[in-house]
Amino acid sequence: MPMDWIWGLIGGLLIGSGGAVYLLMNGRIMGASGIIGGLVDGSGRTTKWERLIFLAGVAGIPLMLTALFGKIDTHVTDNIGVLIAAGLLVGIGTRIANGCTSGHGVCGMSRLSLRGLAATIFYILAGGLGVVLFRHILGVI
Amino acid sequence: MQLLFAFIAGGLFGAGLFTSGMTDTTKVQGWLDVFGNWDPTLAFVMGGAMVPMAIAWIIAEKRKSSVLGTPLPPKPSTTIDRNLALGSVMFGLGWGLAGLCPGPVIASLSYGGSSLWIFLIAMLSGMLVAPHLRLRLDRQLPAE
Repeated sequence: MPMDWIWGLIGGLLIGSGGAVYLLMNGRIMGASGIIGGLVDGSGRTTKWERLIFLAGVAGIPLMLTALFGKIDTHVTDNIGVLIAAGLLVGIGTRIANGCTSGHGVCGMSRLSLRGLAATIFYILAGGLGVVLFRHILGVI
Repeated sequence: MQLLFAFIAGGLFGAGLFTSGMTDTTKVQGWLDVFGNWDPTLAFVMGGAMVPMAIAWIIAEKRKSSVLGTPLPPKPSTTIDRNLALGSVMFGLGWGLAGLCPGPVIASLSYGGSSLWIFLIAMLSGMLVAPHLRLRLDRQLPAE
């Protein structure tokens, strides 16, 4: 759709503003996988509430926005095998690499971090190859 | 105060993921699918997000601590090791397979239906075993 990029840009500015608030006010890097992962494996025990309340904002504000503007269709697959495999890959991969699209991508690249840039190149290339493989070759998605 | 600003930061993040369309998996997969009907939206989201974030890093450089007095993150490491590469490749494959990454999963939990919850449980399980896998990996195949 022709207007999509404008919404993308506005949404991007909001995402970056969230990261800026988290950094300048709380001194934290806004990386979704790190925030969630620290709760799951216990490494973020001392900052448990900060993490949980951050996530409540991430989930809660879209819930409010859907009430005002209607739901977005996520077009997510209902293939359980695909969901489990993808979920495991995302969970394990982001924790081994120490970051995902928000931590390495948004927060890392914007501070010109070499690791952030390298991770972003790796996951975009793998994602692109994944879509070619799973969609165009194997036809599972 | 930290909790209040954690909610504001998370809320902005969630609002941005919702507004940008990044909780629509077809937009993510459409961006990755350079051989299909390529969708450039994700590049605008990433570009837009980097602007306020880059400004925040410039301000943070000049400060000794955050506004609330907590320590700021240390300088980033510059070593690109095996774990960074391997983990990012695994993450990328999962990202392409379902069109989901950790932020948008949380943002769309209230409207994405049961598929989102199945993905979330798998992702959390992956995050639970990851430290053990990482330890075994480092023991058997030292990165350095």
